[in-house]
Amino acid sequence: MTASKLGLSAALVALMTFGASAQDKVVNVYNWSDYIDTSILEDFTKETGIKVVYDVFDSNEILETKLLAGGSGYDVVVPSGHFLVRQIQAGVFQKLDKSKLPNLSNMWDVVTERTAAYDPGNEYSVNYMWGTTGIGYNVDKVKAALGTDKIDSWDVVFDPAKAEKLKDCGIYILDQSQDIVPAALHYLGLDPNARDADSFAKAEELLLKIRPFVRKFHSSEYINALANGDICLAIGWSGDVFQARDRAAEANQGVKVQYMIPKEGAEMWFDQFAIPADAPHVDEALAFINYMMKPEVAAKASNYVYYANGNKASQQFIDKDILDDPAIYPDEATLSKLYTVQPYGPKEQRLVTRLWTKVTTGQ
Amino acid sequence: MADNASASAGPAGNNLISAITSRLVILVPYAWLLFFFLIPFFIVFKISLSSTAISMPPYTPVINGFSDLASKWHTFSFDNYVWLTQDPLYYRAYIRSVVIAAVATFFTLLIGYPIAYGMARAPATLRPTLLMLVILPFWTSFLIRVYAWIGILKPEGLLNQLLMWLNLIDSPLIILNTDWAIYIGIVYSYLPFMVLPLYSALEKMDYTLIEAANDLGCPPLGAFWKITFPLSLPGVVAGCLLVFIPAVGEFVIPDLLGGSETLMIGKTLWNEFNSNRDWPVSSAVAVILLLLLVVPIMFFQQAQAKAQEQGR
Repeated sequence: MTASKLGLSAALVALMTFGASAQDKVVNVYNWSDYIDTSILEDFTKETGIKVVYDVFDSNEILETKLLAGGSGYDVVVPSGHFLVRQIQAGVFQKLDKSKLPNLSNMWDVVTERTAAYDPGNEYSVNYMWGTTGIGYNVDKVKAALGTDKIDSWDVVFDPAKAEKLKDCGIYILDQSQDIVPAALHYLGLDPNARDADSFAKAEELLLKIRPFVRKFHSSEYINALANGDICLAIGWSGDVFQARDRAAEANQGVKVQYMIPKEGAEMWFDQFAIPADAPHVDEALAFINYMMKPEVAAKASNYVYYANGNKASQQFIDKDILDDPAIYPDEATLSKLYTVQPYGPKEQRLVTRLWTKVTTGQ
Repeated sequence: MADNASASAGPAGNNLISAITSRLVILVPYAWLLFFFLIPFFIVFKISLSSTAISMPPYTPVINGFSDLASKWHTFSFDNYVWLTQDPLYYRAYIRSVVIAAVATFFTLLIGYPIAYGMARAPATLRPTLLMLVILPFWTSFLIRVYAWIGILKPEGLLNQLLMWLNLIDSPLIILNTDWAIYIGIVYSYLPFMVLPLYSALEKMDYTLIEAANDLGCPPLGAFWKITFPLSLPGVVAGCLLVFIPAVGEFVIPDLLGGSETLMIGKTLWNEFNSNRDWPVSSAVAVILLLLLVVPIMFFQQAQAKAQEQGR
């Protein structure tokens, strides 16, 4: 290559990169890990010309810490409902310009009514996925330990006699006080959102009784542990258990994982799209959220992650085995038993954290 | 030209220049300390004096510059430190961390010493290879190596399969999610930090001293305790501190390998910061942890200064 040609091509490359950086529209998305069909992001870029910089987290706490520190640089984030409330109060998010979100008409009132409890009027957020906090279990191991084919109640964990039988094959529980304390209260027939010292004491008593039979409190390890057949039961999030089920099926080692929503009822939670107040690319963020609300796109997302979404119009495109699975899309009767959880205030939070440390460490 | 200049400046000028440069050289580590230790420490300390709030960032009051400091300093309080003394959780976690770190350090020394001794006595041509082998694990991510131990230690893991195959045990040992797994994790992860200073101390040793002791009728074990060990003491102290100090604040190993009942201060701090959103209390925990570690660090410094004096 001659010197002049080299110079020319260098200039050309410089021109091209400059042109690209001047035109390139970008949206920085921060979502849960393993939570999207990545072809959706490619399709979005093809359709709108907006490049997606996609980053993932694995707990609400990590997301919240970044948001509260400020200047995260993200344009779209996906907190869960009970975290969203406090973040809205802290001034983390901006109100959505609904004129730029015409696809809001596709949303499902069953979900929007409930998310309004966290975000009144749904002014700051749009639902991405929702699910339940129930029980994932290894079908064969539970059968061997309990002698029953089908389990359908919280008592497999909260009844010490049953939990003791499952001790050796292993029980995992989410290391999340804000999910497990309400579940314990609900099992006791109390209000899952109770926050008086009396109710907390009762929940603590129950949890301490079953503590000796729990192998570990952890919020993500149970996916692998269930999939590998290392444990027989976990209180976990629906989609995580489905992931474990799929991994176990892929590995083909004879491990069968099942998810159930206990008949007493369970927590229903929501992961919501929201835009940080200091987001650098607000228009692109709105375009992204609007795209995600297209019926075909929302259906594609659900078909991939096995979670229910809050998009009514998408249901015609969702795979039958997902839409008809009552563990994912619960029927009316189950739906009526699901409860939502409200966040604790700072003082209650301290009480709950103390309780939780006492329970998890067994001290 | 340079020669002319220095010649005209004379010996006095030369001294002045070298004095200034040596001062500047000394300044570098101090500047390092200031920017990467003292300033971050004061930021953390400042947060530890405030209280939580639902805001961005989640504590009060937010101070911008020194003028704010003057008007808002009275809102600072030591309540968070008082809180740490009122709840037994914290001192239990501190004590537990120190105990776990101390036990793990002891085991690391027990395993690291023979390794370092063997390396130091190996033929000189082999030593660089052996050193390389000690450093080699650092080429893989620490996190991945700790994860690998889950696969080794779990009930159906490699270790249990091996022991059962050898007919040493009938049913799998429960090691994962117990304190034993934490000890194994810490000993494994920090072994190079123990071996390297021990090796450098042992390598410098004059082994004719041992021969002399043997010639004079001292049994090998006696010679080890009377000569080798005392001479390697600076390496022992350095190795132990290099293992003990990071092990006290360790978070990853207890989180992945330990059980839920193991309460360590690193995990407590993480909980306060992330689950509780209580940045002020977690800052107070961090400040106390630092004070707790400054004592052994100062001890380390002193030991090193002593060793250097002896070396002269």
